[in-house]
Amino acid sequence: MLRDYFFYAAKNLLKRKLRTWLTMIGIFIGIAAVVSLISLGQGMRNAILGQFETLGTDKLTVEASGTGFGPPGSTVIKPLTLDDRDAIEQVPGVELVVNRMIRSVSFEYHDIRNFEGITNLPEEDKERALVLDVLNVKLAEGKMIDSSDQGKVVLGSGFSRDTRYGKAIHAGNKVLIGGAAFEVAGVLKRSGNPFFNDIILMNEARFREVLNIEEDVDLLVVQVKEGADVPQVQANIEKVMRRQRDVEKGKEDFTVQSPLQTLATLDTILTTVQTILVGIAAISLIVGGIGIMNTMYTSVLERTREIGIMKAIGAKNSDVLLIFLTESGLLGMAGGLVGIALGVGLAKLVEVAGAAALGEGVLVAQFSMMLIIGSLLFSFIVGTVSGIVPSYQASQLEPVDALRK
Amino acid sequence: MKKTIITLEDVWKIYVMGHVEVAALQGVSLDVYQGEFVSIMGPSGSGKSTAVNMVGCLDIPTKGRILLDGKDISHLDESDLAQIRGKKIGFIFQQFNLLPTLTALENVSLPMIFQGIPADARAARAEQLLTIVQLKDRMNHRPSELSGGQQQRVAIARSLANDPEVILADEPTGNLDTHTGENVLDFLHELNRKHKKTIVMVTHDPHLAKRADRIILLKDGQVVKKL
Repeated sequence: MLRDYFFYAAKNLLKRKLRTWLTMIGIFIGIAAVVSLISLGQGMRNAILGQFETLGTDKLTVEASGTGFGPPGSTVIKPLTLDDRDAIEQVPGVELVVNRMIRSVSFEYHDIRNFEGITNLPEEDKERALVLDVLNVKLAEGKMIDSSDQGKVVLGSGFSRDTRYGKAIHAGNKVLIGGAAFEVAGVLKRSGNPFFNDIILMNEARFREVLNIEEDVDLLVVQVKEGADVPQVQANIEKVMRRQRDVEKGKEDFTVQSPLQTLATLDTILTTVQTILVGIAAISLIVGGIGIMNTMYTSVLERTREIGIMKAIGAKNSDVLLIFLTESGLLGMAGGLVGIALGVGLAKLVEVAGAAALGEGVLVAQFSMMLIIGSLLFSFIVGTVSGIVPSYQASQLEPVDALRK
Repeated sequence: MKKTIITLEDVWKIYVMGHVEVAALQGVSLDVYQGEFVSIMGPSGSGKSTAVNMVGCLDIPTKGRILLDGKDISHLDESDLAQIRGKKIGFIFQQFNLLPTLTALENVSLPMIFQGIPADARAARAEQLLTIVQLKDRMNHRPSELSGGQQQRVAIARSLANDPEVILADEPTGNLDTHTGENVLDFLHELNRKHKKTIVMVTHDPHLAKRADRIILLKDGQVVKKL
């Protein structure tokens, strides 16, 4: 029976093509927005969280508490020092502690000078390997510097791709960093993380000389020993750091975080942003639902006589209700189908634009089965719910009155 | 003895229009016997349409009783009435009242959908009925693609869909020319004679009314004569 009602509903919708399309616009704009926002949001999330995965779960980061936004350590009141680092190295369960610094420095090439981001590469092999692993960078040309290459640097892909210094910089070129001469040993491949595309990698000893830094450290990356209890090590580091910096519990001027915590925080932020965006898109769905309601009211008025006929030939109130509900549900679902197609197209368009701006494969829209089926189901529900009142009204018409129309 | 199929006992229908009460039927009593062809006649405003609505379970009386097959239907709710209409009564209207979006075959099938008859059985029966009214070759046409006479024949086929005992025809030839009207009436006669259907026909045309077995004359909401 439902199949017959479905068939009948489809015929009625097709008979009034223009009205059906106009009514569906509200739904398909809403669904298209929801589908594209969620799929792109999921893609963005994957892109960002993917950066973290390279960090691994067996690492901790220690930072001095900052006063505002900026690169790690750049806005702190009391910076971390090499002494802090040595203290942490003594904590049981700690395999390795690496100090990381990210600063900006004057960079000159081809008589053009600018400020660029720069980070240190520790001289010690194991530490160096850890940093390179964490950065997850690959060479496009030239070679990576080793600890003896004090007069050489490696540059991010941006330096070789654009001409901010008049012409592209390649391996073998000579540059001035902080006033000192360096040779470019290699250039990195384009990274998914835009920050790495404009970075300078320099050995730590030279880094401290050029930037005139003695004891300070911006960020400490702690490698936990295999098999050690990460939260326990984290608690121990906190204890040692409190003693080291002479602060009470609860008044710490530093934080010890595991990537998992950072990941969770970031995930919460991303989810919130996505929820707000989808919420805005949902408003369009409500408007679409009202459109369906309006169309169904008109339809009931127009087809009062038809309702009378159906009742005269044996349709019960529940049959009439079901017939009109099927029609409004179908209206919603058809709108949903068009919306999904439109949303997928839109997301793919953004993906292509994103590939041009950020690099291939960084932002990939994610269409889960759940998103597609969920959207379809939701549009069907919006249609059906919007149809409830008009359909009920249709079902309650007295056959004699309806036939007189 | 002839079996009574429909009985109206002292039926009143009063409409309230603002502060005025209008009595469309004022104590109408009549019997319709199984297998007969009866005409209800009367000038407009005489209450014949109201009476036929009562007979067809489309409306319930303000006062009085209606018995269908001996069962009092005067106080049933709309869904029960719909069930009875679907099974026991077939309607033929002056304006044909086919659903415009459906083909002839689908229109004839519709009453069977409401009775939960499976699709295969429905299609077979609808085709058979359209063959009876000589429209087998037009069964996939929509009402707008059929002439008035053809549409009314589709309506006749539809009225037979659930094999009802009674066919109610409200001015069935009112929208047709004389020749086509006669043709439709021939079909009604055939239903009565060959298929043993009870037919109640409302008309204001004495010439048509005469073709019935019996004429009930209404005036001002009352039965004035039974011929």
